[in-house]
Amino acid sequence: MIRLENVSKIYPGQGEPIIEGLNLEIQSGEICVLVGESGCGKTTTMRMINKVIPHTGGTIYVDGKDISTINATELRLNIGYVIQEIGLFPHYTIEKNIATVPNEKKWAKERVAARVKEMMELVELDYDTYAKKKPRHLSGGQRQRVGVARALAADPPIMLMDEPFGALDPITRAHIQDEFIRIQARIKKTIVFVTHDIDEAVKMGDKIAVMHHGKLVQFGTPQDILTRPTDEFVENLVGHNRILKRFSLVECRAIKPSAAVFKITGERDEIIRRIESFERTSSFPVIGIIDDDCRPIGYIPMFKYEAGDETPIENRVKKVKAVQLIDERATLFDALGRLFSSSERCVFRMTKDGICTGIITMGDLFEAVRVNG
Amino acid sequence: MASLIEFIGRQQDLILTRTAEHAAMVLTALAISIVTGIIIGYLITYNKHVAKAVIYVCGMIMTIPSLALFVFFIPILGLGPRPAIAGLILYTLLPIVRNVYVGITSIDPAVIMAARGMGMTEAAITLKVKIPLALPVAFAGIRTAVVMGIGLGAIAAFVAAGGLGVFIFQGIQRGNTNMVLVGALFTTVLAVTVDKLMQLVQRQTEKMVE
Ligand SMILES: Nc1ncnc2c1ncn2[C@@H]1O[C@H](COP(=O)(O)OP(=O)(O)O)[C@@H](O)[C@H]1O
Ligand SMILES: [Mg+2]
Repeated sequence: MIRLENVSKIYPGQGEPIIEGLNLEIQSGEICVLVGESGCGKTTTMRMINKVIPHTGGTIYVDGKDISTINATELRLNIGYVIQEIGLFPHYTIEKNIATVPNEKKWAKERVAARVKEMMELVELDYDTYAKKKPRHLSGGQRQRVGVARALAADPPIMLMDEPFGALDPITRAHIQDEFIRIQARIKKTIVFVTHDIDEAVKMGDKIAVMHHGKLVQFGTPQDILTRPTDEFVENLVGHNRILKRFSLVECRAIKPSAAVFKITGERDEIIRRIESFERTSSFPVIGIIDDDCRPIGYIPMFKYEAGDETPIENRVKKVKAVQLIDERATLFDALGRLFSSSERCVFRMTKDGICTGIITMGDLFEAVRVNG
Repeated sequence: MASLIEFIGRQQDLILTRTAEHAAMVLTALAISIVTGIIIGYLITYNKHVAKAVIYVCGMIMTIPSLALFVFFIPILGLGPRPAIAGLILYTLLPIVRNVYVGITSIDPAVIMAARGMGMTEAAITLKVKIPLALPVAFAGIRTAVVMGIGLGAIAAFVAAGGLGVFIFQGIQRGNTNMVLVGALFTTVLAVTVDKLMQLVQRQTEKMVE
């Protein structure tokens, strides 16, 4: 746990404080995102936590201990640090870069080697291809992964990450963000994550601290920030497409789809009954069709059954497309994207074992955002 | 030309002695200026203003004619190799100090910040990050200093320091062209050989940080 109590910072030779009266509490196992415009003091705040920059007022506690009583080297060795500019050692191989802190901590050679391998696996960098390469042979995205691996290598309970994915193009960034969320679910570090990008903050944060001119203007969950911005500054930062942003807060598995799903042989009678007795109740009426092992087959768009229409079920089914299959852990934002790009009426919510657990329609998306808002 | 070769053949032993003398004098001076230069160059990276002043002073020294510098030390150190060595030290300090300073200060600050933030001690940062990364530039400075030192060493004969310069000075006094040529030739050969050898080492230092 990290606690900042009334912390302030005046840089030498400056009259005005850069950080003023900052109070912040970061719970263990949580990602707390510091977000705000460039120059508002995010990096300064982060660097005061590992004593790279001395604070000039207030008290900072790490795991209940006032950091001014802890030796700087000792403190830093137990706090992973990803700096904004990555800062890999250009003369070290990737392997040796990642091994930096374990080596400083004088781990045994075999343990370091095993750990490096584990870390490269974690950030999905092939050991045989990259371990012996120098940083300049890697792409920006790969270097950023190495930066993260290096910070994680000695398994510190706390991580400070300063715009760790800032240098990446949007597609690579989205990918590495997803990966990191997946990693964090497993390793449960206490993380201070700095960004100037509110979308990234919403995506990555368990909590978000919005900073403005060196002061904390709002602290809360992403949901809080998006639904109840405390002042005009936060409202502007969050932007006008708050509804869209809220889509990215909800996972597909968290909602209860309105449309039913039936097995094509096991529940055939029910399918026929549904088609025959159809009454328009929702604006996007469909039913999902799966096989008896719960693998998706397709969906049937529902409309008023015309008497004498003997079209067999199989011919009514619109076959599922690959783009319609969505992981149950993906967000509603992804679901929305799939709906548009498939131009179909629904997407199929899938477990990682390929079982369909429901179909999601546009109606479900609107409902989820309405409920959550 | 033929008489030059004949002269070299005749004076073989003396040439070797003078070359050894020359090398020893330059080596002594350089050993001292390399060590002091590295220390000064490293220390001034901690203060920009001091750095500016020190590099300025070193630059000033270089504008003093070398002969004047050697002579300046005679009242203090007497005649012989000692004033020559003192002059050579001062003269070769600038390229070393400057290159060590530039080598360290041109390291990407993010790399040093990362090292510090991860908990490396100042000593570890100096040893594992600053020195290896500054090495190619620093070594280039040392190489310049050594070659300069060998050249300047020829002038040291004027203060009775010995070395290959003796051939040149005596040759001029006696009007013996061959003697002058031998002094100049062997000074050049020594400088070029050492330079080439050091170039090989420099390539290695560059490879390390690539
Ligand atoms: N070493 C320093 N000395 C003086 N001012 C600084 C120093 N570092 C940062 N600042 C100033 O402090 C403010 C906050 O900087 P920083 O914490 O880097 O902001 P952010 O990370 O939010 O962009 C900026 O106005 C910057 O110019
Ligand atoms: Mg910053």
